[in-house]
Amino acid sequence: MKYRYAVPGDDFSMAGKASAEVKRILGQLGIDPAIIKRTSVAMYEAEINMAIHAGGGVAEAEISPERIVITMADEGPGIPDIELAMTEGYSTAPEWIRELGFGAGMGLPNMKRNADEFKLESAVGKGTTVTMLIRLAPAPIAGGGGRT
Amino acid sequence: MNPEGEGSEGSAPRLFHSVKLDPDKCVGCTTCIKKCPTEAIRVRKGRARIIDERCIDCGECIRTCPHGAKKAVSDPLAMIAGYRHKIALPAPSLYAQFDERWSIDRLLSGLLALGFDEVFEVAEAAELVTARSRGLFEAGAAPDLPRPLISSACPAVVKLVQVRYPSLISHLAPLLPPVEVAARIAKDILHAGEEGVGVFLVSPCAGKVTAARSPVGYARSALDGVIGIKDLYLPLRAVLGQAGDRLRSRAGRRGVEWARTEGEADALGERRSISVDGIASVIGVLEALENGKLKDVAYIEALACPAGCVGGPLTVENPYIARNRLRNRAEALPENAPPLPYEPPADLGWTEIVAPRSALALDPDMLKAMIMMEEMDQLAAALPGLDCGSCGAPSCQALAEDVVRGVAVETDCVFKLRESVRELAGRLLALEELKPPGLDKD
Repeated sequence: MKYRYAVPGDDFSMAGKASAEVKRILGQLGIDPAIIKRTSVAMYEAEINMAIHAGGGVAEAEISPERIVITMADEGPGIPDIELAMTEGYSTAPEWIRELGFGAGMGLPNMKRNADEFKLESAVGKGTTVTMLIRLAPAPIAGGGGRT
Repeated sequence: MNPEGEGSEGSAPRLFHSVKLDPDKCVGCTTCIKKCPTEAIRVRKGRARIIDERCIDCGECIRTCPHGAKKAVSDPLAMIAGYRHKIALPAPSLYAQFDERWSIDRLLSGLLALGFDEVFEVAEAAELVTARSRGLFEAGAAPDLPRPLISSACPAVVKLVQVRYPSLISHLAPLLPPVEVAARIAKDILHAGEEGVGVFLVSPCAGKVTAARSPVGYARSALDGVIGIKDLYLPLRAVLGQAGDRLRSRAGRRGVEWARTEGEADALGERRSISVDGIASVIGVLEALENGKLKDVAYIEALACPAGCVGGPLTVENPYIARNRLRNRAEALPENAPPLPYEPPADLGWTEIVAPRSALALDPDMLKAMIMMEEMDQLAAALPGLDCGSCGAPSCQALAEDVVRGVAVETDCVFKLRESVRELAGRLLALEELKPPGLDKD
């Protein structure tokens, strides 16, 4: 199953809608709450990043019984030094963003930490694509309720 | 899931809920279905039905029903007659229902005049819970507990987490609520081993009625009954004039203030705590927490009712007036209750595992759930998206979900129905044009 959402770049208050929607879907699929949490944290961070730095973009979630793949693609300014951007605490967010509790320089590291596989592709002046894969535990044999 | 509600039995034992519908008053409007935070209500056959598995007893429907058709069922005062020694446990929100000219001592004495033999204030137990919560924040204590912790005092919030935020269950402070601590002190400590002792909560809260019968986090409640403040208000008001001040309140300011938003957090004294009230605002905070946004917060005091417990559905006074009264009353009190004349319970911790209530999953088998989800997405895309509620579900999305669950049909949507009728009319017209070959002159 594939879901696609436009993340607006002009309305900061709307950022988080796509991850909230994916969270609802995962909940209705009965996915392990711990995996839902990791997915929402990673996707929410990416969504906020897109809204802050890239003027919005497109969020995609592909869900199969084995895995969730979140792809966040924007056509923003791109990241000149990916290694530096991945450093905890490094941030290029303006002051007002920090005052809102964002931009602490933990976004990218946090995405990486919550995903099983994390890929960051970026070209200056062209845009950035973040791909995050989250593996689902082997599907439980019917019955349910046994999740931890 | 069983949106037919009462009457149609599943194989599982029915969950007890305090929140009930009065079918005579319900007109089948769609006000409550829109407000329910877990989408637990559907209108069927002109009446609202509560889906038991999803209901968290928050009382939101009681607050919003314009016809007074939703109510919280609590125990009648008359039930205390069945016990030899009757102990009232007034929640501190009771004090906020009455004008300040009636002292707390007078209110407690009034409870005796109504037939109780003894009174034990829930506020006193709240101080013990505060002390224990503080212990969870001491360095090295409870290293396994994540931050922020979410107060587990509000039963609706605990259930909201179980139903909608199962990933946050580990954040719930694993402590008994003050009400239960009070009941255990009154029954198991102050009257240990005695026969015929009954303890009755005087409650602002519908969720506590449910918690007394099917608690979360502990196996059995020591409460014998829960009497709504609103049922007791008039009889109590009537005896206040003659009640005297013979009982002395022991509760301190810290315990009493638990009845309003910020009271618990203030008592805890943890500066990195946030206090939130009203179920919609609580949902906002839990969403943020689930998104990993509350990194600098240590404690969340979350209360389902506006202004806190003083805004509970079983109260009579306006929540904001009550909150102010409570504040005024509390100001006159010493900070804490005097030293305890008894040994408090050794353990205030949870004894049962709190499990997710996966009432929102489409099917326990993920593959089946995915097939249903795809069908549901297609259905939802074809619906008008007005979320008008005429079909009895709170939104088009919810109707699509009900259809794939097999408890609704697409033509429950009035717009879909109209489409079908138009299509049918078109077919009828086309049929009408057809002529038997013998009459066809062309």
